[in-house]
Amino acid sequence: MSTTLSARGATDMSGTSAPSTTQAPAHQTVRVPMVDANLPRLKAKDVSVFYGDKQALYDVSIDVPEKAVTSFIGPSGCGKSTFLRCINRMNDTIESCRVLGDITLDDQNLYDSSLDVVELRARIGMVFQKPNPFPKSIFENVAYGPKIHGLARSKTDLEEIVESSLKKAGLFNEVKDRLHSPGTGLSGGQQQRLCIARAIAVGPEVILMDEPCSALDPIATAIIEELIDELRENYTIVIVTHSMQQAARVSQKTAFFHLGKLIEEGPTEGIFTNPRDKKTQDYITGRIG
Amino acid sequence: MLGFLFTAIIVLSLAAFYVGRSAGNRFVAENGPATHSLAGYHGAFVAIWVGVPALVLVLLWLLLQGSVIDNLLLASLPPALTDGVAPGRMSLLLSEIKNTAVGVTFGEPSPELSAAADTWARWNVIAGWAMFVVALAVMLLAGFFAYTRLNYRFRARTNVERFLSGFMIFCSLIAIVTTLGIIVSLVAESLQFFSMVPPAEFFFGLNWEPQISIREDQIAGSGAFGAVPVFLGTLVIASIAMIVATPVGIFTAIYLVEYSGRRVRNVIKPILEILAGVPTVVYGFFAVLTVAPAIREAGSLLGFATSPNSALAAGGVMGIMIIPFISSLADDALRAVPQSMRDGSLAMGATRAETVKNVLLPAALPGIAGGLLLAASRAIGETMIVVMAAGLIASMNINPLDSVTTVTVQIVTLLIGDTAFDNPKTLAAFALGLVLFVVTLCLNVVALTIVRKYREQYE
Repeated sequence: MSTTLSARGATDMSGTSAPSTTQAPAHQTVRVPMVDANLPRLKAKDVSVFYGDKQALYDVSIDVPEKAVTSFIGPSGCGKSTFLRCINRMNDTIESCRVLGDITLDDQNLYDSSLDVVELRARIGMVFQKPNPFPKSIFENVAYGPKIHGLARSKTDLEEIVESSLKKAGLFNEVKDRLHSPGTGLSGGQQQRLCIARAIAVGPEVILMDEPCSALDPIATAIIEELIDELRENYTIVIVTHSMQQAARVSQKTAFFHLGKLIEEGPTEGIFTNPRDKKTQDYITGRIG
Repeated sequence: MLGFLFTAIIVLSLAAFYVGRSAGNRFVAENGPATHSLAGYHGAFVAIWVGVPALVLVLLWLLLQGSVIDNLLLASLPPALTDGVAPGRMSLLLSEIKNTAVGVTFGEPSPELSAAADTWARWNVIAGWAMFVVALAVMLLAGFFAYTRLNYRFRARTNVERFLSGFMIFCSLIAIVTTLGIIVSLVAESLQFFSMVPPAEFFFGLNWEPQISIREDQIAGSGAFGAVPVFLGTLVIASIAMIVATPVGIFTAIYLVEYSGRRVRNVIKPILEILAGVPTVVYGFFAVLTVAPAIREAGSLLGFATSPNSALAAGGVMGIMIIPFISSLADDALRAVPQSMRDGSLAMGATRAETVKNVLLPAALPGIAGGLLLAASRAIGETMIVVMAAGLIASMNINPLDSVTTVTVQIVTLLIGDTAFDNPKTLAAFALGLVLFVVTLCLNVVALTIVRKYREQYE
């Protein structure tokens, strides 16, 4: 596959002018500006990630629009999840991982040594690929974050936070009668919404979602997608997905990653209807990936 | 003779393998892929038929030969020898004959005895040759039978596989049969003990002085067999060991799994494994020569009356001994908690310690509890450290600075020196052993059930 790819690249270089704006070096990202989006507060500049000696991400720069859904797409192993995990520094847990470059939230560098990673993760929540509720009750799952961050002053406070989080995650009506039964007893889709409620309960500004629907059936997926659409009113959401349809359905901005490089980013509609880069076009039409 | 026989079995089996394999090669050459089994399976099939029946025969023969010859010999003895010998003492007579045969004699043996010894030696030689000939015949016959069955459609592979699975079943049964044998012998001797000492006295009596009744003239002051102080001593020492080992072991595991880098782990883990491999007798030295004097010293400085063989020394060192046990089981349990649980908690902004306390420990608790129970059963059954470092006198006492004795120490002391197996003093060891066995067995069963149940939780 890679050989055909480079052959194509070569013809591009020598052939007549391609539809893209400039003949850029291979890792120059194609950028299409967002129209009428909120000002970005979360920005990444020249982010590179190494696992030991292996480089997984090359100079990724992107602005994440406020109170909108941004989706990262690309074939497996393209670095989109790696980049997502850089945003709340979950890569810190991997011993051999090294992150270069700047990611800023409100102009504060997330990798600054003065920054407390615990606070950061309270501001930037995360939902994982496989639903991972704790082996505790539904109530305890949601109350976990508020408890460790001391967000509730009393028991009623805590109950209110749990209830409103479950409501925002669209789960409250389904579980209100069994808040104290184990969270692991829920169905896959419910578990994932429980994890979203858990993330919301801490009051984050940004929610990162790493392929949140890949372990779910189509109906549960549809419910979660609807939920994501509702959540963007209050939260900035970044979602990694394998499904281009999902990216097209839920996101306003899309970024296409390939082999550790950010190839193209811009308004979702534009990427899917009028991709500027050849590789993006190939991926969207199913020729690579 | 025997070595020669075993060599013969091995050589003939090897030869059979090559014969069978060359037959197999011929089938493959003649019939190609229509041949059912590879040549090696044909060889193995013939080799198994040659080797295994002969081996089984020889082992059975060796097992039975002694008693058969003994019985024949007893039947053939002249009345001059057997007269006046009580039926129970026949075995003594037999060993006297055997000793004479190999030249171990006290004084000049009587002519009848010498004759009997000669007979015994002659019969043994005959039996040895007979075994050799029969084994050889069995090998040849079985090998011939197996070889004639070979042809290109013969399912040698299936037969070999079947033999192998049978062999493995046999191996796994050995442990089970041995366990049953242990139980039977323990129960039998214990029943004998309980026919002399009422169980109520043994299980509830507060006075343990089994040594008194060793000489016949002291039977009036016959020993007391109230085992409660002994159980209490075991409990005290095992508790001290668990108190030392539980926190250390669990925190070690948490550090290794959650905090340490790979480099640190690569240093600490092998050291822990070395600690687990130290012979307990070495721990015993350590307890007696280093720890006990240190505790005594410290105790006298602080003004406590400290026994030179305090429970604290034995228990503390035993605790050190079981640290690797606990830490490795807790390590397994923590490692079995899926990474997604850690990620979930960390992504909520929990610190590592909060994650350990709120998510990992609750999730790993059953596994850790199972590990603790296994460790406790080891502590209860541990012998060498307490034999060296704990006391011998049973007392109703839970002061860790005082000397206590344990079940294992008592078993050892009861069985050391002159033992008579019709004496409650000796038989008490079996009763104690039975209790020990039952307690540790229950602990192990409970612990393994917990551990297994827990393992399935995240499948």
